[in-house]
Order: sequence, then structure tokens, then C-alpha cells
Amino acid sequence: MPVATYLQAVNLALKEEMRRDPDVFVMGEDVAVLGGAFKATEGILDEFGPDRIIDTPISEALLVGAGVGAASLGLRPIVEMQFMDFISCGFDQLVNMAATARYRHGGGLRVPLVVRGPTGAGVHGALFHSQDPEAWFTRVPGLKVVAPATARDARGLLKAAIRDDDPVIFLEHKRLYRSVKEALPDEQEPEPLGVARLARGGSDVSIVTYGGTLPLCLAAAERLAAEGVDVEVLDLRTLLPMDFAAIARTVGKTGKLLAVHEDRRTGGLGGEILARVVEDLWDELDAPPRRVTAKDTHTPFAPTLEAFVLPSEDEIADAARGLAAY
Amino acid sequence: MKLTREFEERISRLHLQNKVFGGVYSGRGQEAIAVGCCADLGPQDVVFPLHRDLGVFVVKGVEPGRLMAQILGKEGGLSRGKDSFLHAGDLSKGVFGGTSMLGATLPVACGAALKFKLRHEPYVAVAFFGEGASSRGDVHEAMNFAGVHQLPVVFVCENNRYAYSTPQSLQMAVEDVAERAAGYGMKGLVCSGNDLAAVLETMGRALRRARDGGGPTLVECKTYRYRGHSEHDPARYRTEEELLEWSTRDPIPRWELYLEARGRDVAKVRRETEAEVTRVVDEAVAFAEASPEPEGPEAFEDLYATPLAVPEAPEGPAAFEPEPPQLTH
Repeated sequence: MPVATYLQAVNLALKEEMRRDPDVFVMGEDVAVLGGAFKATEGILDEFGPDRIIDTPISEALLVGAGVGAASLGLRPIVEMQFMDFISCGFDQLVNMAATARYRHGGGLRVPLVVRGPTGAGVHGALFHSQDPEAWFTRVPGLKVVAPATARDARGLLKAAIRDDDPVIFLEHKRLYRSVKEALPDEQEPEPLGVARLARGGSDVSIVTYGGTLPLCLAAAERLAAEGVDVEVLDLRTLLPMDFAAIARTVGKTGKLLAVHEDRRTGGLGGEILARVVEDLWDELDAPPRRVTAKDTHTPFAPTLEAFVLPSEDEIADAARGLAAY
Repeated sequence: MKLTREFEERISRLHLQNKVFGGVYSGRGQEAIAVGCCADLGPQDVVFPLHRDLGVFVVKGVEPGRLMAQILGKEGGLSRGKDSFLHAGDLSKGVFGGTSMLGATLPVACGAALKFKLRHEPYVAVAFFGEGASSRGDVHEAMNFAGVHQLPVVFVCENNRYAYSTPQSLQMAVEDVAERAAGYGMKGLVCSGNDLAAVLETMGRALRRARDGGGPTLVECKTYRYRGHSEHDPARYRTEEELLEWSTRDPIPRWELYLEARGRDVAKVRRETEAEVTRVVDEAVAFAEASPEPEGPEAFEDLYATPLAVPEAPEGPAAFEPEPPQLTH
């Protein structure tokens, strides 16, 4: 297969799973005729017809709720949020309905629902088209949260999410949609959920990251390699459940942890990663662990403001360099 | 109706004995709605009951013992002690349990109805909500979608005139919730929710329409909540006159009059029913009281259908083995 973008990988996974399983169908705003605001669902209407991809009214609560209903009766709905920011309008259905359905029914039903869509900042989307909502959901038992950073993972993890029997929130970083490209195999099996991937091996400092900040971390690691600092980069890929064994392995190896994410600092996943490492791996640590994240404010519109707020390659490199020298 | 009323009486008694912890929400006075709306449903039709709709569970065939165990928070309950009162379901009987966010099951019912439509299955989804929940956005989104796709769904509004303490006059500027159906391209029907015969007739029309591909219906059943919002609520915000007026419309004597007018020996029916009801409720209480209490670690069970991937053991100290079941962190 020729080189595919991250966006094409998403589209490919959707079509492959729809060909494989007639129970898989898509619902969302502007997904059918338009093919989605970002074209993630382009070509699906032509190939599969209007019973397999449904344009809905602007009704996020309905979308998630109807997904729960159809999934509970055996279908495998994929619900698109046009922008993941809009999940706030479907929050109750996701957190209180989808995540508790199995629990409230004593294990007597399953909810194979995928809620997917573009997340993240860095494209001047301003306050309501830039949000990173993962930390709203990574503390909700009953949900799974996935955030791929490569085209290969976008394809493999989305396939796994669709085949999974639990509600999965699938966060596609919109800045990666067209900027990330790689050669994909003709056939690709699902990537298991809940397993991190070592994106770069190293011995001096461990960077733990996911989603939109992976390319920044890899670029920073490359830069530091030229300075003689050997950085390891762990891509979490799945945020709930989180692969703490992999975090423990890399921290055990380097003794130095830098958690990086595009989401805000306070209440972000980096805090949880650091807390767990400090609690469980104190004796392994050779330096106080650190975080590089967005600043604790909204993601603003003007390019200068946005750049000020978001984590940068420079900040990541500086933090990793500091840890290495500690 | 007799069964649900006796069942609730027994719950109240257990509540007074401090055997029921948590909220107790009575459907007393509203029994004809849950019972009448489910009387003509098949096992494959899916119902989304409210917290007062004990009759939905009973008519759909959920075991009374498991219901009582559910209310007592026992292992033998529908949610195995996980959630309280009627926040549970039994999908094997076509009952999908609701949450405390009233009206939130209507979008879910649309998803069930969408499945029936996409698969050309002759079944119906029935979702109950109160006039209180009719103010919520979920209800609007669901009805709008059901109208657009002409889904086989019946929305049943149990208008008992109060959302907790708030009277209908402070909830909406119209008399009939059913009027709103027009805005969604569906029929709205109003009936007395205290008259089982009227509920059966009205629901029959809605079900026929749904099964014949005629799309959704909004059925509004006018009724009255005899008890407070919950057993803790003395409901002093209501007038004596109002209570008295509605007490003359009790659905059970009303149904007996209906039977009598059709030549049935009501005294005999009553004797037979009462004996059966007492037996069923006694057995349900016995089952529930004998059912064990969950011990604690079951709180981790039933969260996920697919076991979470447990990554291979780390090379570091053994302390970092993930603790099964690995929930979040």
C-alpha cells in the first residue's frame, strides 16, 4: 500500500471494519453526503449506502444515546463528533448512560460503541475547535480512551476499538490528520488496546506522551541526540486503561521521567502519571519527575497566543536536557 | 396493578423497618400506565422504564424476587447491588434501566428503534418519561430524531403534575405535553393515565402505528402521584382538595368497575388476585432477604465486557504488577 496519511488511515479502518462486519455503521453530523468535516468518512456512503452511514441533526446527546441503544441490541455504532469539543453536549450520555449501562444491568449487556472525532489544538481552531477532552473521561470507569499518534496506530487501534465490546472514545488529533504520513501494510490486524508502544529507545531520560505531542517529543529527542543525550519516548496510545507497566519499565531504565501532553497541566494525565511514579517508583527515580503541558488557560485564537499556551518542542527539549543533567 | 401496589406496600413496610436504605419512589396511583403500556408488548420489544414504573418490570416478566433484591441492594438484584431502586434493567426481558438523569433514556430508545428499522425487525421501543423530564434537551433531541427517521418508538409521558415539588404551571406554558408532538412530525395522544382501559386503547393505537411503519407517537397519560416524590417527602406543597379529587380516580377500583360493567364477578377476581399477589410478594421478599449482600470487591465487576488488556509483567520491582482488575491507574 502506498503512503497513507493519519486521516486516510482512519478512513481505511472504518471501511475495512464495515466490510468485515455488517453490524458496523456510522452516525454523525455531515458524515454521509459531505463525508465529514475533515473527510474521515469520505466514500462510505457510496460504498455502503444510507443504512450504514446516517447524517443526523445537530444532536450530540441523541447521537451518543442512540449509539448506546443500538449497541445494546447488538449493532456496532460508530458515532462521530464533528469536533471532540462538542462531546460536552453528549457528556451525560457518555459518562452516565454509556459508562454505567453494563454496571447497572449486572453485567447483562454490552455496549460496543465508538465515539470518535478530531481533538486537539495547533490549527488556530480557537476555543471550541481546539480542546483536548481526554482528562474528562480517563477517570470514568466503564469507558476506554484511545489516542493514536501514528497512521499505523490510527488504523490498528480504530479497528480494535470497533471490535471492542465496551464504549470507546477515540481521539484523533486533527493536527496529525494530514501532517503524519507513513507506509501501511496491505493487511493490518487490530492493535490491542491498553498497550503502550516504545516510539524511540534511549537510556538517559524517559518521555511519556500520547497523541498530538508525540511528533514534538520525537523531534526534541532527535535534537538532544545531537547533543549526546539519549532520550526514550513512550507513546501511551491508550489512556484508559493506561499501560503503567510500560511506564514502570522505561522509568526503571532511565530513572528520569518527563510527562508531556497538549492538554492543560492541572488535572491533566501528566499529574496522574507523576503521582503513580512517585508513589510506586520512588527508589528508581534519579531526578524529580517533570511535566511539559499546555498552560492553564483556554486555547486562544491568535497564532501568537496559541503558540504561547501550547507546549513546544523547545520546552520539551529544555526539560529533558535539564533532567539529563540533574 | 394489584401486584405492583402490594409490592410497593411491602417496600414501604421494609423501608419503615430500615431494611431499605436509599430512596424509595412510589408509583402509587400511576400503576395503570406502566401496566397498560406494556400489556401488548412482546419479549423482543424493548422498554425504558422510569423509577416509578415497577409495573413495566413485572409485566415484562422480570422475576419479582430479583426486583426485591435489587431494591434491598442484594447480590441477587438486577444490578447485583450496584445501583439503587429501579435503576437497573434486564435486557433478556427487554427492559433497559434508566439513570437519574430523567429523559436520558429517550435517545437510547431511539437507538433501539433505529436498530429495529435498519434490520427490518417488527419490534417497538417504548420510553417512559415524566412531564418534568419533558423540559430536558435529551427529550427534544430524541423526539426530533424519531420524527425525522419515522422510528418505531412510542414516547409515553406520565404527566403526574409535579416534578418533585414543582407544579406543571412552572414547568411549561401549555396544558398538554402531547401538543409538542406536532413540532416533531408525529401524532400526540392524550388519555387518562388512571384508566387502564383508556391506556390500553391509546397505547394500542400507538403500537399499531409503530409496527405498521407509521413512525413514532407521543402518548401523554394524565395522572397523579399519590405519594411524595420519595418516601422522605411529605409533599406538603399540594392541597388537600387536589389529593381528595385524585383519590377518587384510583386506577384499581376504576378497573374493577370496568370489569363489573362487563359482567365479571369482581369479588371472585379480587379474591383470586389477592391470594396470588400475596404469594408472589412473600416469595419475592423471602428471596431478597436470603440473597447475600455483596462483600466489596464486586464493585469492580461488570464494568467492562472485554477484559482490559493486562500488559506483560514489567522488568522492574514486582510492586508494579497491575492490580486486577486494572481500572484506571
